[in-house]
Amino acid sequence: MLGKTANGLFWMYRYLERAENTARLIETGQRIALTRLTDGEGEWVSVLQSAGALEAFQAENDTVTKEAAIDWLLRSRANPSSVLSCIEAARHNAKMVRTALTGEVWEAVNATYMKTREVLARKVSERDLPAVLGAIRQQTALVRGMTHGTMLRNEIYDFARIGTFLERADNTARILDVKYYVLLPSASSVGTSLDNVQWETILRSVSARGGFRMEYGAGAGPREITEFLVLDRRMPRSLAFCVGKMRDNLRYLHKGKRTPLPSLKQVDQLERLYLSHDISAVFEFGLHECIQQILDHLGQIARQIEIDFRFYE
Amino acid sequence: MNDIENFDEMWGHDGALRPAYRKFHDWFGEENPSRLRAKQREAEELFRLTGITFNVYGRAEAEERLIPFDIIPRIISGAEWLRLTRGIEQRVRAINAFLHDIYHGQEIIKAGRIPQEMISRNDAFVPQMIGVSPPGGIYTHIVGIDLVCTGAGEFYVLEDNARTPSGVSYMLENRETMLQMFPELFSQNRVQPVQNYPTDLRRSLAACAPSGGTDTPVVAVLTPGIYNSAYFEHAFLADQMGVELVEGNDLRVVDGRVAMRTTGGYKPVDVLYRRVDDDFLDPLNFNPESQLGVPGIMDVYRAGGITIANAPGTGIADDKAVYSYMPEIVEFYTGERPLLQNVPTWRCSDPEQLAHVLDNLGDLVVKEVHGSGGYGMLIGPTATRKEIAVFRKKLMARPGNYIAQPTLSLSTVPIFSRTGLVPRHVDLRPFVLVSPEGIKVTPGGLTRVALKKGSLVVNSSQGGGTKDTWVLED
Repeated sequence: MLGKTANGLFWMYRYLERAENTARLIETGQRIALTRLTDGEGEWVSVLQSAGALEAFQAENDTVTKEAAIDWLLRSRANPSSVLSCIEAARHNAKMVRTALTGEVWEAVNATYMKTREVLARKVSERDLPAVLGAIRQQTALVRGMTHGTMLRNEIYDFARIGTFLERADNTARILDVKYYVLLPSASSVGTSLDNVQWETILRSVSARGGFRMEYGAGAGPREITEFLVLDRRMPRSLAFCVGKMRDNLRYLHKGKRTPLPSLKQVDQLERLYLSHDISAVFEFGLHECIQQILDHLGQIARQIEIDFRFYE
Repeated sequence: MNDIENFDEMWGHDGALRPAYRKFHDWFGEENPSRLRAKQREAEELFRLTGITFNVYGRAEAEERLIPFDIIPRIISGAEWLRLTRGIEQRVRAINAFLHDIYHGQEIIKAGRIPQEMISRNDAFVPQMIGVSPPGGIYTHIVGIDLVCTGAGEFYVLEDNARTPSGVSYMLENRETMLQMFPELFSQNRVQPVQNYPTDLRRSLAACAPSGGTDTPVVAVLTPGIYNSAYFEHAFLADQMGVELVEGNDLRVVDGRVAMRTTGGYKPVDVLYRRVDDDFLDPLNFNPESQLGVPGIMDVYRAGGITIANAPGTGIADDKAVYSYMPEIVEFYTGERPLLQNVPTWRCSDPEQLAHVLDNLGDLVVKEVHGSGGYGMLIGPTATRKEIAVFRKKLMARPGNYIAQPTLSLSTVPIFSRTGLVPRHVDLRPFVLVSPEGIKVTPGGLTRVALKKGSLVVNSSQGGGTKDTWVLED
């Protein structure tokens, strides 16, 4: 398999995952905005932060308004993480690696691209927002489903998965990084409505409300939420789950080779240091510090994968 | 051009339904026009979804365009096709022999059959190929012969595409689309399949691998990249053959072999189906500015370390000035009379012929020797007086740059329009594969159709469309 193709697959799936995550963050922001009783645009600052888009947004806009934030996250070409930019980049990469994809996956990506361009051709009104976000998430789910249902489980699939889970881990870690303070035991006063809203926001941002309720019922607090999102290996957006998947796929790629694979070593190290203890250890180490370390590691792993598999040279 | 003289492939000269179209005609008579209009739209959707688009040169991704597709098949009888195939095979054999001769002994020049300067002063002649014998002795692995029809079984060769003929993906996708939309038509008619083309192509390329290699040679398709106008086709062919699609920067010369950068290191390539022009193939041997090629690939090639398909330098065989000598070329190398006719051609480099062309500009088609895509040509009968005057000046300034041909009375085939079936002019590009195992002509090809009434220009860049082309099993 060509190094260029591995690179294209990795990024195609990273961008698809990012588009979906951005859509979910917008949905969460909108949900809070509609259900809170006070004035202000505070949630949009944290949504932009979680999407890693606040700085670039502020360079182009004076104040954070709901309308501007949504447009920036959905349609702005100046924002490389906007849904539109991500879908275009995913399709560009898909075109580059067309020979590695099944016809079904290619057509699903192409359909996603056509649909996204259609629904995002103009500014999206508040009334249309739920339908537009729904369409985008449905389209990316279609690509994922086609990938799952039609692609051979070979190295092509491994790179697709590594891209997906690296991006997803990064996204969950960033949400935790922005909101970590509401999860600290000292800061919480269990049962206040403010905390409930904050926790709900975090769970919504990673589509975890249902799973969390199933697992912990209604009475659980920040400690359990943190445990669920960082350490739970059954929760498909938790850090431990995503990093575990990356480790599995790197191992498949490494199978049969003698020389050690530096990126695999780094993933093993990340798991060993931060994701194999219980939740008390995480709080003892410091939730914020722990998340920061994980984000740093993820960045290093991405760079090492580029080198290990000759993405560029 | 007089419409009455036109030969229509469905209705002949006299309006009597030709046998190959009989079953289609019955089917069409039962069809509801609004259902067909819906099918026409459905076809467009299918093409968009599969991404069968071409990029407009120099524009970004947003500029992908569809080539219009017409749902009415063009139908050729098996007997007619068989005759055509024999002519194509003869011509392709001659082209290969000609290329070998031109880069070796030049017997045809010594025999006085074509003039020395036709070759030595020709830009398409590649001196780096002198004395080089490509693996298996094959120069043109893939050929597309452009034909026009003027009457029942009367075909003329318009052009021999011996460099990198394109359009085969449309032949295949047009058929896929038709199979999906009108399965009943394929139950009623026995249409010879074209779907084996990618498998045949891979086998044919593998058979041309350098000797001494493995049993399963590594084949790859070289594309100029994602922004090339034919990128879709390059990806399509690599995908259908199950081989890697590479760009120049994926390749490098390693230990005397051309190798591609894989996730596990550099892996040698045996056969490179390149869709990059000669000039850009190797910055060390050709255009030093090229970013698309592989530095040193020509040295590996000359040493017999890789097969390049088609071989560099094949352009000398499809040059429009050389074209006018094709009847002589066919006779010289095959010892047979040419089975396919050439369109009579005046070479404007010859003063006497130029004089004739200048006197008859209003009746002739004048083309640039190296032109393509239907650009830079004059179609006398439809040109205005002013256009002819302007062209006359260009022609007199550089006569050697032009050839002229009579306007043939091109056949028409029906297309589907708002008012039902209407006749439009077409050409045909069958695709030919050449290997030491033999010559294979895929039954069908790319039919290009001028969608404008009366127009003779079929190029997609100028408003042409395509059709599925059927060869019936008689």
